[in-house]
Amino acid sequence: MTTAEQGTGRGGLPLRARLASTVSRTASALSRAAGRGDGSVIGGWLGLKIDPDLLKHLAAGRRVALVSGTNGKTTTTRLTAAAMGVLGDVATNSLGANMPTGHTSALARAGHTPYAVLEVDEHYLKQVIDATHPVAIALLNLSRDQLDRAKEVAMMATLWRDAVRDRDSRIVANADDPMVVYAAREARHVTWVASGQRWHDDSWVCPACGAHIVRAGEEWACAGCDLRRPVPQWRVDGDAVVDPYGNRHQLMLQLPGRVNRANAATALAVAAQFGVDPAAALPRLATVASIAGRYATVERDGRTIRLLLAKNPAGWLEAFDMAERAPTLLAINARDPDGLDTSWLYDVDFSPLQGRRVLITGDRAMDLAVRLEVNEVEFEHVPTFAKAVAAVPPGRLEVIANYTAFQDIRAELNRVN
Amino acid sequence: MSTEPTSGYAPPPEPSGFAPASRSGPRHRAAGDDPASESALRIVWLCPDLLSTYGDRGNMLILARRAYVRGIPVETIEVRSDEPVPQEGDIYLLGGGEDGPQALAAQRLNANQGLHRAVARGATALVVCAGYQLIGTSFFAKGAKCAGLGILDITSDRGATRAVGELASEADPALNLPTLTGFENHGGRTHLGPGLTPLARVTTGVGNDGATEGVWHGKIIGTYMHGPVLARNPALADLLISWAIGSPVAPIDDTWPNRLRAERLAAIRG
Repeated sequence: MTTAEQGTGRGGLPLRARLASTVSRTASALSRAAGRGDGSVIGGWLGLKIDPDLLKHLAAGRRVALVSGTNGKTTTTRLTAAAMGVLGDVATNSLGANMPTGHTSALARAGHTPYAVLEVDEHYLKQVIDATHPVAIALLNLSRDQLDRAKEVAMMATLWRDAVRDRDSRIVANADDPMVVYAAREARHVTWVASGQRWHDDSWVCPACGAHIVRAGEEWACAGCDLRRPVPQWRVDGDAVVDPYGNRHQLMLQLPGRVNRANAATALAVAAQFGVDPAAALPRLATVASIAGRYATVERDGRTIRLLLAKNPAGWLEAFDMAERAPTLLAINARDPDGLDTSWLYDVDFSPLQGRRVLITGDRAMDLAVRLEVNEVEFEHVPTFAKAVAAVPPGRLEVIANYTAFQDIRAELNRVN
Repeated sequence: MSTEPTSGYAPPPEPSGFAPASRSGPRHRAAGDDPASESALRIVWLCPDLLSTYGDRGNMLILARRAYVRGIPVETIEVRSDEPVPQEGDIYLLGGGEDGPQALAAQRLNANQGLHRAVARGATALVVCAGYQLIGTSFFAKGAKCAGLGILDITSDRGATRAVGELASEADPALNLPTLTGFENHGGRTHLGPGLTPLARVTTGVGNDGATEGVWHGKIIGTYMHGPVLARNPALADLLISWAIGSPVAPIDDTWPNRLRAERLAAIRG
């Protein structure tokens, strides 16, 4: 046995990486056993302390897809991993731990798999591309999120542009978001997906030249330079995805809403870069029912409670589109993960809720109360989730909550997945 | 909760971008449409395309609703930065934004001079955060000193730290307002020239410089309480309306804004 062989050993990992990987898995398991979360952050953090190149080592030999964007990345990652399952085992950070610590932990936990699909926080895209040399990168959308600390949207688009330029990876990008098109159009290999953009308030000004973006139907173009909507190769048509050859693939999703049909189109487009036939992937997409509690339906005291997560203005608009005309509970917090500032409430038009029975709760329910009053939406304030359930008649209850409010409610429902 | 809309009222259009299709409310129009009706209170939101980072639309919506529930006819007008500033407005609004858009807004408003003329003839104005900085003589954006509108003798420069968090202050007694409460998020520090009065004295947060907050002069209010400042300060909204219509306004049901105020003021007391 040569020195080099001794150094790499089982699974092709260098010795230091193997140790780091074992420690990472053990720490994750301990953290879970101690009831301190899912363990993906602490495990990955410890592993990276021992071997700073651990993510690179764990990614080597796998064919990787990355998924990033302000909204829909957890769901699209899950759908992409399901589609890729056609080919073989897929490692994925399905718990939404989307920074390098989470990626490291997910790959260490999965053991050897030929494929990996990783959700990536927008800010970490370049770093994770460098470490994983992905085959494909999905860029979903960019909009305002967590105002008191997030980077300006145009600045994020520029970071993305620099991250994906001069790479061999195939970029699968949303043709309907000017910020994404600006970021992706200079990449070597781009596949455009018409994923839609319900939220326009962050893309009225061209990120390239500062002139106005002009829209007409689904087309858009900058009034001052050559930035415009590219011709998409993949699109959604009703309940079907149309691929670049014009074949219609009828979706049978359990996940609600137009936005999830678009997420499915992106997942099929990414999987196609690995050789997955969309027709073969469709039944697998149909098995996805909920993601870490999102879209989950829970029976409680005769109420059928559905959970929708909305983390920012664009996400709220999508949630209103998905919610059925039924009693609806809105829950708002403003803790660190949510951002401390509730000003975004005025960037959301709550009028789709007019005429519905609306209940409100959460740490910042009073901010929401004033907002709804201005929006002419009738509401009732309830102090707790349990009181909301008791207040509505048996039947459907739609719950739309921002991040920590969602987690609080999920905990009350025994951490439903 | 709130009063039911009576006949003929169309709530101001809500955010969904500036696409013409979403701008159909009869009491709402874009610059360049038919002239406003003479009797309505006209609220003009300037540069929503550049200065609308923090829910700034809220101030327009709140002013419109508070006028409406008192039976005051109201019209809201959104004017993009590349459109001329209409002269028939009663209340002008400027919101917050990032450095690049702030500098562009200053250039375009200076080229147009419409806001200068409006306040010179005595129009009411509420200018917030980046909008507050740019009505002064100079401000800093992207590391460079930029010419402001020069409407008031104030200058803004960069502070050592970014001010992010709750901002509470006691308003100038002459304004007869209860404690002001808001959220601030800015890197600037603002200095008032001689003869100008701060809006308030800071009790929590930074404001202009850690001691004073905002400015008031004539019928102009400037503040670092960003975004929908009027949500938490209905009395400030009513002050602006009363300035614009030239008479005091009757109280309305403020149960929810008052509960919000009480909660936020209790939160900073810990």
